[in-house]
Amino acid sequence: MDAILLQILNGLDKGAAYALIALGLTLVFGTLGVVNFAHGAIFMLGAFCAVTFNRVLSMSTKVRDESVTLFEAFKEVPILTTKFPVVGPVILDYAVPLSLLVAIPIMLLLGFAMERGLIRHFYKRPHADQILVTFGLAIILQEIIKHYFGANPIPQSAPAAFAGSANISAYFGVGENIIYPWWRLIYLAFSVFIISCVFAFLHLTTFGMVVRAGMQDREMVGMLGINIQRRFSIVFGMAAVVAGMAGVMYTPILPPDYHMGMDFLVLSFVVVVVGGMGSLGGAVAAGFLLGILQSFASMNEVKSIIPGIDQIIIYLVAVVVLLVLPRGLLGRKGVMED
Amino acid sequence: MNKSSGLSDWVLFFGFAAVVLTMPLWLAPFGAAYPDLMQKFAIFGVFAIGFNILFGLTGYLSFGHAAFLGAGSYAAIWSYKALTMNVVPAILFAVIVAGIFAFLIGYVSLRRSGIYFSILTLAFAQMSYNLAYSVLTPITNGETGLQLTLADPRVLDAMVGIEATSSLPLPNFFGIITTGIPGFYFCATVLIIAFFISLRIARSPFGMMLKAIKSNQTRMAYTGFNTRPYLLWAFVISGMYAGLAGGLMAVTDPLAGAERMQWTASGEVVLMTILGGAGTLVGPVIGAAVIKYFENIFSAFNKAELQQIFSALPDGLENIVVSVASMFVGKGWHLTLGLLFMIVVIFLPGGIMEGVRRIGRLMGIGKKPETQPVSVANSQQGQANG
Repeated sequence: MDAILLQILNGLDKGAAYALIALGLTLVFGTLGVVNFAHGAIFMLGAFCAVTFNRVLSMSTKVRDESVTLFEAFKEVPILTTKFPVVGPVILDYAVPLSLLVAIPIMLLLGFAMERGLIRHFYKRPHADQILVTFGLAIILQEIIKHYFGANPIPQSAPAAFAGSANISAYFGVGENIIYPWWRLIYLAFSVFIISCVFAFLHLTTFGMVVRAGMQDREMVGMLGINIQRRFSIVFGMAAVVAGMAGVMYTPILPPDYHMGMDFLVLSFVVVVVGGMGSLGGAVAAGFLLGILQSFASMNEVKSIIPGIDQIIIYLVAVVVLLVLPRGLLGRKGVMED
Repeated sequence: MNKSSGLSDWVLFFGFAAVVLTMPLWLAPFGAAYPDLMQKFAIFGVFAIGFNILFGLTGYLSFGHAAFLGAGSYAAIWSYKALTMNVVPAILFAVIVAGIFAFLIGYVSLRRSGIYFSILTLAFAQMSYNLAYSVLTPITNGETGLQLTLADPRVLDAMVGIEATSSLPLPNFFGIITTGIPGFYFCATVLIIAFFISLRIARSPFGMMLKAIKSNQTRMAYTGFNTRPYLLWAFVISGMYAGLAGGLMAVTDPLAGAERMQWTASGEVVLMTILGGAGTLVGPVIGAAVIKYFENIFSAFNKAELQQIFSALPDGLENIVVSVASMFVGKGWHLTLGLLFMIVVIFLPGGIMEGVRRIGRLMGIGKKPETQPVSVANSQQGQANG
């Protein structure tokens, strides 16, 4: 029982990342009809926003080391802590969540720039062209990051308060001895919050209503005198922000490197297809589902029965789902049927 | 097709063969006339021709073709290990294994089309890649890659009395060692044969059927054709080409690793085909050669060489130019590749062949506009002629 609960929890945090990326992919696909292969790169850029922010905060000066008395010794101390001895260390400690504040505007701008500068010209082109051009863009973005940050993963630390593990059993009274890292719980809560925000935005605001109407029938909405294109551009920016935030918060779990975007993108695409192209709920559900399945498949008990299942489970599920339910789990009729 | 196409096809074929076989001569001024690189031109040419049979003719974008290349490589190495160091059985074995593999994957993937097809092929390729790395280690030798050892049985070689000496045996074509220049000529010959077959396919009723699927599959279905068997055959043939390329890789260098199956490798062949011109006959070969050539040139540059090139500029400017340019060369070659990819897709969807045609039209050498009106149907035909 404990083992099962633990595997579900393990799956949920990976699933949360899949769900957030897949959500953005589906939003873009459902509104603009564009297959965006650069979406993983945005996730990666979000993670590197956190890295950059952290580096800027921890810019250091040389200060005399008082603890060494034999000779003149110097140590590196972040400027922030010398200037603001009280707040400085706290800010440094919370660098990752704080970098969300920087990442959101950057991602929004990036999203707009991408949509206006590139994607806009590809609405009428075949899907193959869209895939190829965004694939090229993804390569460029990841190579630029590689050039400036190197090829090695750059570990980021979670705030000290959340660095340890939580005893879930003690807090929630389930199971007997379930230990789970705090930050992963935070990530889970964060992604549920973001997903709810996106759904609330789409279902409770007028803007969201217009966007949903546009997803159903953009020509009709256009004829009613609404500039649907403009709203869809904003949705693209929103999707970029969601992916960027997912990247920022994921850094303490997985040290970011330049190809993390591509790694996640391939899986997220599978998630989108399993959930059903153009179905937001499907993308989220499939993200969590596949995350959990993957974590179960990597249990030793399972691996001893079917060796290698942990490596292929997601793809296997995708193949089976596509063959049995061609539209995916919750796909709508008429979306990408050709 | 008009009557003259038969003759012009032969001209095209012999021209192609001549150009390929004289590569060591005319590549010398470009500094690319060494066997290693020319072998790559030929091998990736075969790969891209094969990919083009699927993508160029039917429009089905497969993102998992590297899996067949990898399967072919492994099959060829196993033929070396178990049977003989002769390359002919190795290549046959590679093509057959890749063909069977492609049949299985194609049978499932082709039930869907469009983006679903791309994702399915991608999923299968990633699955093969992951398996080759982990569970299939007894067959693939995992991360180390499959290599020859002295202890391999080599049944056929042992039967005719060729014993392994103290060093590892090299792959050979009936006694001729297939590394270096002989290896290039071997690959070039295979490339020419592969080109000829693809030419015949493109001109055959089967090829016409594939092109018809690309232009309107629904109409094909309404006319009473079951399109799936045609697609499946195109997929299998295309997979066999990839297996052939994988086999050739093993011919020139008896090693096989799982990274050949990774999806970035699949992306590379897509790029080659697009860059050269999807749907054209020689375009993919040109695309493959251009990419491999530039990969070679660009990744060899380093900062000192750049400084030498831009040394004429004033100092401050020089540093800026060098630091910008250094992003694009050496290890940053992929950045150039990505940029190239985008530029081609945005401005020149028809690839290099389309560019050549446009220039030709500007110069007035191209066919007269009244016989070649710019319409979808005719531009397709024009591409096939190129």
